[in-house]
Amino acid sequence: MRENKGDILLLENPCRFAIEVRGVSRIYGASSERVTALGGVFVSIRENEFFTLLGPSGCGKTTLLRLIAGFDFPTEGEILLHGQDIAPLPPFKRPVNTVFQNYALFPHMTVAQNIAFGLEMLGKPKDEIRARVDEMLKLVHMEQMRDRYTGQISGGQQQRVALARALAPQPKVLLLDEPLSALDYKLRKEMQIELKRLQSETGITFIFVTHDQEEALTMSDRIAVMSAGRIHQVGTAREIYDRPADRFVADFIGETNFLQATVVGTANDRATVRLASGEILDAGLPERFKPQGEVTVVIRPEHAQLFADDGEESGIKGVLENVVYFGTDTHYHVRLGGGDIFIVRRQNTRTSVDVLEPGVPVGIRLGSDAALVLRD
Amino acid sequence: MEHTRRAAEKAQRADIRTRWLLSAPALVVIALASVGPLLIVLVYSFLSPGPYGDVIWKPSLEGWFNVFFSRDIFDDTVSFADAHLSILWRSIKLAIGTTFLTFVFGFPTAYFIASRSPRSRAIWLFLITIPFWTNLLIRAFAIQEVIRNEGIINSLLMSAGLITQPIQMMFTDFAIMVGMTYVHLPLMVLPLYASMEKLDFRLVEAGYDLYATRLAVLRRIIIPQVRPGIIAGSILVFIPSLGSYVIPRVLGGGRNLMVGNLIELQFGQGRNWPLGAALSITLVFIVLVALAFYVRNVGKSGGSHG
Ligand SMILES: Nc1ncnc2c1ncn2[C@@H]1O[C@H](COP(=O)(O)OP(=O)(O)O)[C@@H](O)[C@H]1O
Ligand SMILES: [Mg+2]
Repeated sequence: MRENKGDILLLENPCRFAIEVRGVSRIYGASSERVTALGGVFVSIRENEFFTLLGPSGCGKTTLLRLIAGFDFPTEGEILLHGQDIAPLPPFKRPVNTVFQNYALFPHMTVAQNIAFGLEMLGKPKDEIRARVDEMLKLVHMEQMRDRYTGQISGGQQQRVALARALAPQPKVLLLDEPLSALDYKLRKEMQIELKRLQSETGITFIFVTHDQEEALTMSDRIAVMSAGRIHQVGTAREIYDRPADRFVADFIGETNFLQATVVGTANDRATVRLASGEILDAGLPERFKPQGEVTVVIRPEHAQLFADDGEESGIKGVLENVVYFGTDTHYHVRLGGGDIFIVRRQNTRTSVDVLEPGVPVGIRLGSDAALVLRD
Repeated sequence: MEHTRRAAEKAQRADIRTRWLLSAPALVVIALASVGPLLIVLVYSFLSPGPYGDVIWKPSLEGWFNVFFSRDIFDDTVSFADAHLSILWRSIKLAIGTTFLTFVFGFPTAYFIASRSPRSRAIWLFLITIPFWTNLLIRAFAIQEVIRNEGIINSLLMSAGLITQPIQMMFTDFAIMVGMTYVHLPLMVLPLYASMEKLDFRLVEAGYDLYATRLAVLRRIIIPQVRPGIIAGSILVFIPSLGSYVIPRVLGGGRNLMVGNLIELQFGQGRNWPLGAALSITLVFIVLVALAFYVRNVGKSGGSHG
């Protein structure tokens, strides 16, 4: 039972990164029907970081977690844990624990037995296990449920048990595979806060997987945006939202207006572009990028304001087509001269009124930093 | 209210009646094929033996007496029927041993099949059932061909110079165990496979994730999950091996009897049907006790599901 005690990876010289993924690919299937689940991924995850892998279903998030946990092996590349290559370690020797997508609690064990399992396998003394299980139950507010079987508790409670079970052995890195996706909205909000609290209290590096951008933006220290087996951008929520690296990121995170434009001139990190409808616009440029000819310009709906076009103010001109009320805000759909639809979002107050009716000519006013040229 | 309640009761009665009617054919078959013969055997065990076999309709406890005691023909002294009891005990030991061995070989086999792709599983299951196509007697003689003194194993070992004298395997308990394990293996593999197929392999991964070695995952996660299959397989192997007749007859020779052979002897050469009947009932009783004991213990340990 206890033969693995002690030869769990020892960390003599901890380095700044908890996990370094270097050029990792995972290709499934034989030559005829190959699926590239991951194609040459590079990413470094810092110690004590709440790091999120964000991407649509099927983009390879679970695959990357399984490679880190050791359930699967890279076709190419290497993964370092605190600077050491973990390729030779079987999963039960990696100081990494997983909260599985469907929890994978042991149905023949009670809540307490589930939480104790990892500690028992590490050969910890009985009284230490008992104390730690109590501590964990308290941490996730499940003291009342310790002797229930896992089939006798609700989904949200199972979620907490799965967390406690994975945290109990004090792993260096905790992997969480869409842990909140099965919960209803309210509970999910609660657990998001709970997870943040657990992460800062334990100081464990969290690698959190989700396809929900709001979840990613609100919880993470840094986010990696993935699609089709590759990472498009790594950065803080702000960086990813305000300076999307490419069309995919701009499209996947939040709502964006994409406008076709032609570069007229560039200076430093700004460009002057002409829209299809003829208006001239000043737009920011990504670092070290000097575009020419056709480009795509992105503008967030909340960075634009709408005004009734009485011919006095300049701006992007169009016709208001549709007004959609969302409670917190209202979306105005504007048909531009070039034929594109441009969405403007306005924050509502209790007394705000819609003075603009569909069909009227309108202008769109932009802040000086609202527009950004995409690098694609 | 009263009216609807009465209507509901009436509907329920009608429902119960149709259910009984629907299950009537099954009940008749069970009565005729299972309970009926057992009753006949029970009645025979309380009658007197006829001179050329059969029974005489004269009530007697002699059959039951002879199961446990033997009376000296000359001086009428009574002593324990050591022979019967030791044969019973041997049979139980051999049946337990067979159950154990089929589990040891059947478990990895079932695990192997359950972890194949769905298409190849069907092929492996098909292969498992192939021995059923051949008559039991022929399979017994086939084993004899392998293990007898001039058989395959001994001739190979002798020609390799590893032994000079053939190893006596035929007509030993070893031979009976080999035969019974071989013959009953599918009865263990199939129920084990059935419950392993339902095994959630993500739980296995969760085990590895929580620092469990392969052995620990087997003991703490896989075996508790497939316990129903283990119970079913053990019952399916234990019962027929306890009553085995052909295998001990062919591979154990005349000397290494099991209780099945003893019973056959009473109905044949022994011409003591009441004793044979009483022995049969004793066997049924042992099976029932063993089952109750086994299910209670194995079913309980490791906790139950919620
Ligand atoms: N065992 C496997 N065999 C073949 N293809 C697989 C296997 N596991 C995953 N894939 C494929 O790899 C891709 C990435 O899957 P996954 O990592 O589960 O995505 P995500 O977790 O982001 O939804 C998908 O196209 C999926 O079909
Ligand atoms: Mg997934």
